[in-house]
Amino acid sequence: MPYELICVGASWGGLDAASRLLADLPGEVDVPIVIAQHRHSTSTPHGLAELLHLRVKRPVHDAEDKMAIERGRVYVAPPDYHLLVERGSFALSVDERVMYARPSIDVLFETASLAYGAGVIGVILTGANEDGAAGLAAVKDRGGVAIVQAPHEAVRRTMPDAAIAATAADAVLPVEEIGGFLYGLCLESI
Amino acid sequence: MSAKVDEQAAQRDDVDEIELALLLEGVYRRYGFDFREYAPASLRRRVWRRVQAEGLATISALQDKLLHDPACMERLLLDLSINVTAMFRDPAFYVAFRQKVVPLLRTYPFTRIWVAGCSTGEEVYSLAILLHEAGVHDRTRIYATDINESVLSHARTGVFPLDKMREYTQNYIRAGGERAFSEYYLAKYDGAQFQRSLVDNVVFAQHNLVSDRSFNEFNVIICRNVMIYFDRTLQNRVHRLFYESLVTFGVLALGAKESIRFSPFEDRYEDLDADERLYKKVD
Repeated sequence: MPYELICVGASWGGLDAASRLLADLPGEVDVPIVIAQHRHSTSTPHGLAELLHLRVKRPVHDAEDKMAIERGRVYVAPPDYHLLVERGSFALSVDERVMYARPSIDVLFETASLAYGAGVIGVILTGANEDGAAGLAAVKDRGGVAIVQAPHEAVRRTMPDAAIAATAADAVLPVEEIGGFLYGLCLESI
Repeated sequence: MSAKVDEQAAQRDDVDEIELALLLEGVYRRYGFDFREYAPASLRRRVWRRVQAEGLATISALQDKLLHDPACMERLLLDLSINVTAMFRDPAFYVAFRQKVVPLLRTYPFTRIWVAGCSTGEEVYSLAILLHEAGVHDRTRIYATDINESVLSHARTGVFPLDKMREYTQNYIRAGGERAFSEYYLAKYDGAQFQRSLVDNVVFAQHNLVSDRSFNEFNVIICRNVMIYFDRTLQNRVHRLFYESLVTFGVLALGAKESIRFSPFEDRYEDLDADERLYKKVD
């Protein structure tokens, strides 16, 4: 079955890791990619999408309410909102922070796995808290693929460690190998 | 092994979806509140939070309790209708409002503003402060509505947590505030009490965007981060309600990540400030 959505969760040190991953991903992989990166609620609204856009060839969008999820694109969770996935589109909420975070990686991953089941690939990158562990377990629980950045080379290892403890990851890799691994997965599934 | 696990998870999700639909139907028939066209992903999360808070194991168990215990329904209603907000959330929005909407308001002798889905009132007090500083407060009436009577009671008190004042002060300054923010409230033991005179011209009233009709004609309608909880069909119905409630050249203000693009009313508005989601009705 072809994969339908790649979800990436990142916190402290995540911008470099996420852009490395995206830059390594060959253009022929057109699975939509969505990124929840923790950042300050008052950070420049479009800053992250713009920064990524400079480093990545594919189009990067700030996700908006009810925006359609399209192949070949990268979407970024806007600051101070939770980003949720419905089948075919995004939804937002301003509900309470989850584990001090909004956007919450858990909320993104859990709703993605509900919407797309085994069609989801979840990737947890560097971070200094435990957000994303429960979300990655939800992805795995519904037959999706769980990938975690190798803790020893993450800028902060708390988040990868927590993810590894929460579920049986399919791969634990240095960040420079994650893009290639995703490429392999997506080729196999076609 | 793994395929079996997936299958169990898929079955559990399917049952969950059936239970949620039944609960919403039950709530509608028993209490008249219609959440059936709410966006499913966030609705499901909020309902599950209530299931857990009540110490229950399934949505069906919550349905059972809700139908027989109105106090439990009241708690769920709070979960489903409180929108977490802040004073001067998105300061750039208030800057744009000051620069682009206030001059329009000045062209009228008297104006009406509707804050739809005002929750506990943070946005209403922020708006009142802005209008006061712009010198148009006394010729504006604000209608602040919400589906939930208990959040309205909170809004009427004008008391907000003291520990938020630092954040709100920073927002206020970045929003272009012209005074010391502390001039507007008194620090009391139970919170920051905002000046009563700010809401002299505010009517707080219960109104349900899902089922109630328009109740006046407005120069401005502010509805930020409320419709994100609605599905497309319901959003379009509310857009019709707003369109029909605005005067020609009236202004619609949406949340930072909401848009009238792709709604059937897209062509009836032009951008007043595209970044801050301020739209002017032109047709």
